[in-house]
Amino acid sequence: MTDKKTFVHPYIPNSDPRIREEMMKEIGITDIEELFEDIPEILRFRGTMNLPDPLLSEMELRNHIERILLKNTTCREFTSFLGAGCYNHHVPAICDEINGRSEFLTAYAGEPYEDHGRFHALFEYESLMAEMLDFDVVNVPTYDWTQATSTALRMAGRLTGRSEVLVSETVSADRLAAIKNYLIPVMKITIVKHDPVTGLMDLADLQDKMSPRTAAVYFENPSFLGIIEIQGEQITGTAHRNGALAVVGTDPLALGLLKPPSQYGADIACGDIQSLGIHMYFGGATGGFISSRDEEKLVMEYPSRLFGITKTAVEGEWGFDDVAYDRTSFAHREKGKEFVGTASALWGITAGVYLALMGPQGMTELDRHILQKTEYALKKITSVKGVSARFKASHFREFVIDFSLTGKTVAEINRALLTKEIFGGYDLGKDYPGMENCALYCVTEMVSQKEIDRLVEVLNEII
Amino acid sequence: MEKNTARLRKNFHQAKWDEEVIFQLHTPGEKGIIVPEVEEGIRQVAGDGLPLIPEEMRRSVPPGLPEVGQMRVLKHYLRLSQATLGADFNIDIGQGTCTMKYNPKVNEAIARDQKASALHPYQDEETVQGALGIIYNLEGIFKEISGLDRFSFQPSSGSHAIMVMASVVRKYHELRGEGYKRNEIITTIFSHPSDAAAAAIKGYKIITLFQGPDGLVDVKSLSKAVSDRTAALFITNPEDTGIFNPQITEFTRIVHEAGGLCGYDQANANGLLGITRSREAGFDLCFFNLHKTFGTPHGCGGPAGGAIGVTEKLQGLLPVPLVDKKNDKYFLNYDLPDSIGKTRAFYGVFPVILKAYAWVMSLGAEGLRTVSETAVLNNNYIMNKILAIRGATSPFSAGKRRIEQVRYSFEKMHRETGIGTHDVTYRMADFGFHMWSSHHPFIVPEPFTIEPTESYSKTELDEYLAGLQQCSEEAYGNHELIKSAPNNSVVHHIDSSFSDDPKKWAITWRAYLKKHGTKQ
Repeated sequence: MTDKKTFVHPYIPNSDPRIREEMMKEIGITDIEELFEDIPEILRFRGTMNLPDPLLSEMELRNHIERILLKNTTCREFTSFLGAGCYNHHVPAICDEINGRSEFLTAYAGEPYEDHGRFHALFEYESLMAEMLDFDVVNVPTYDWTQATSTALRMAGRLTGRSEVLVSETVSADRLAAIKNYLIPVMKITIVKHDPVTGLMDLADLQDKMSPRTAAVYFENPSFLGIIEIQGEQITGTAHRNGALAVVGTDPLALGLLKPPSQYGADIACGDIQSLGIHMYFGGATGGFISSRDEEKLVMEYPSRLFGITKTAVEGEWGFDDVAYDRTSFAHREKGKEFVGTASALWGITAGVYLALMGPQGMTELDRHILQKTEYALKKITSVKGVSARFKASHFREFVIDFSLTGKTVAEINRALLTKEIFGGYDLGKDYPGMENCALYCVTEMVSQKEIDRLVEVLNEII
Repeated sequence: MEKNTARLRKNFHQAKWDEEVIFQLHTPGEKGIIVPEVEEGIRQVAGDGLPLIPEEMRRSVPPGLPEVGQMRVLKHYLRLSQATLGADFNIDIGQGTCTMKYNPKVNEAIARDQKASALHPYQDEETVQGALGIIYNLEGIFKEISGLDRFSFQPSSGSHAIMVMASVVRKYHELRGEGYKRNEIITTIFSHPSDAAAAAIKGYKIITLFQGPDGLVDVKSLSKAVSDRTAALFITNPEDTGIFNPQITEFTRIVHEAGGLCGYDQANANGLLGITRSREAGFDLCFFNLHKTFGTPHGCGGPAGGAIGVTEKLQGLLPVPLVDKKNDKYFLNYDLPDSIGKTRAFYGVFPVILKAYAWVMSLGAEGLRTVSETAVLNNNYIMNKILAIRGATSPFSAGKRRIEQVRYSFEKMHRETGIGTHDVTYRMADFGFHMWSSHHPFIVPEPFTIEPTESYSKTELDEYLAGLQQCSEEAYGNHELIKSAPNNSVVHHIDSSFSDDPKKWAITWRAYLKKHGTKQ
């Protein structure tokens, strides 16, 4: 018996000693320790965990954490030109409202009856995404773009029975490192070069590297470097002529005006939904989508949950249920398709809300806005002496700025910008040989003309 | 004031709005939100925008999204939310293995702070000291809870953490020149399916050990399974039966002697905080689910969060970056030459990490122990009562205590009445409860799994028990209501003929229209 029995916590109603006594009596024990009699003494932790003192009152807890968070400086306080896989877009108030709803927030994996709404909302997410992507199948989201691509490539491997993937050199280094780990030891990655002038895929190199081992070609559009790849049809055509699949990564946010991958030959599209009404959260609020045609052989290779619409016993009532559940690792453990578990469902519901709010007009207007702003920022920034655009290409949202002729490193420039309350572009130097003095700049609807002008002003001062 | 007592909600009815699919709300011209226009100065320089896309890449037809006014979109999703039974509404103990506990609202309020939500992962480290500090401090807490030496929060979930464990195992053996030889991972049938499936991603052959009459795998069958091909043992303890394997140190000893590593699946750790740890059991790796034991919400299936821990000899293999501290400054440490690389975008599921930190800080060492003691007390209390319900049994280890959950069976009731778990699952929804149907592997016939956690009061546990009791009485009495159930839920019996038929299944609205036309 210890004095710990006096500890009553609002989250633990039965920690009240009287209730505890009553329940112990009910099961015939006099000491709580009896419940752990099956754990051998050698395994028992008899000390007290050396943890910080708890903040038992809600007020103290909130003060403590808010004080820590105050040490952060956010992209709302400073002007941010950072993108590189995590984007600062406007989040409509209704996205936050629905994302925070107790029902969705605290539900998990109920049945299609009492959790009907969850199935319904995720089916709609799939459906709204399908309109952006012009494909008929979209999964319940996985963790992030990285996982979506990794799985899409594994799917291609299983579908073709081949083990090598050709991946564009301009894919995000962060993403590529994780894809590489996921494919080991089953599949091998070979990098396809990009054209140093245009940033587009080097088609000759692609052709050279294509072989009977090639399961898939993977590229992104817009690319990680913000370039609109115009050779989509040639790339997917090359893949198909060689019996390989074409897998294309994209941001659905760009597809209001940009052609979706399905329209230039992609077999599988994948990417992230973070841009669609989801806050950045230090890169932690991500959701990966995988999408394809509605062909049985493709559908049967998805590891994810797929929610479908159906009827019920009552005329006129919509029902929702799992489609082809038997594919999954829940049903067949290691014999299922990869693995499935808790991933990013609530972000999926939120992205659905975003697309429902935006409608076709909102998505095309937003893309037009971003294209205009990208063009403006690119022109203005490259007006600074010694500063140039690295690639001659069309850009969406992001572009590579080359500071080579300024005599300053990106790190030096970013440090100087920081003192003026600006987060400069992402330093590409460590990831991309040949881009040592280059930075990836990003503009969204959240950055105003005034802020872009101010960046240019400060750059003129620094350089 | 009189004391609250349990009462079965026989007049419960869940909200039913008979809500349309969002595409059916399409009203041309309606608008959900206005997108800001660019400034005039930008328009003058950049022009109209559209010509900036090369012609061959322009979308010819705008995406077929519905046009719906803002309030109607809001109403639509609020109605769908009402057709969802979160843990905030029900006594969510019927989703055993999932640890459906209270997700404190203050943690949500904290996580909604712009100081957390408006951070970019590539900001200068100076400007994210708060975020890095939270990750660093939470790592310290996990080291103490598990006894292991280093943690990474990069895993996006529990299953993902298993994949990361398998990646570390693979790298470890590769560095020792045994990568090819050691190609087997051993697990047990009552460990989560992902212990097999996510490990197989890394090319491993999976050896699954089955339980004996006591519900546990015996040492002999493990001894027979290990060899110089053994890369690792991945095992949950307690397994999904709630039975703690007392011979776990024998298991780790045998695997270590064969040259393998041991990975502890701590998905079922809610009954073990401050009671027993990975280190004492001899494990080299372990993982926890932040969205189970550590009080972060399940979000209809995510965002989840995982924490993988390792002993010192494996710390260099963890994914990069780790968060370290130097001269009172936190920094992202990429300097791990033997690292497996990366396993997800950026650094981990930060909002979940933040909420988990808040949860632990609201309890402390004593509080965590109280969590576990209470979760186990609640479980044994409810087991005692369930076993008194006619037709319910708990296979394996009769008379033994269980840790945090129990897998029960209605086989007896099914045999005697023709009413089984399936029927009870639907009928429980009529009283505002969940009783979910996922109990893989389906070894226990007519299974149901109850995990009461620490969050529900005795009165609430009694209310859930009253629901089970009612179902049993109906099974042994009048079948009418239990057969027609759910009667008070959102929808009625679902036509599952679409699910496995490629000609009928419709994963999106557009696929539905193609296959079934516009008629419902």
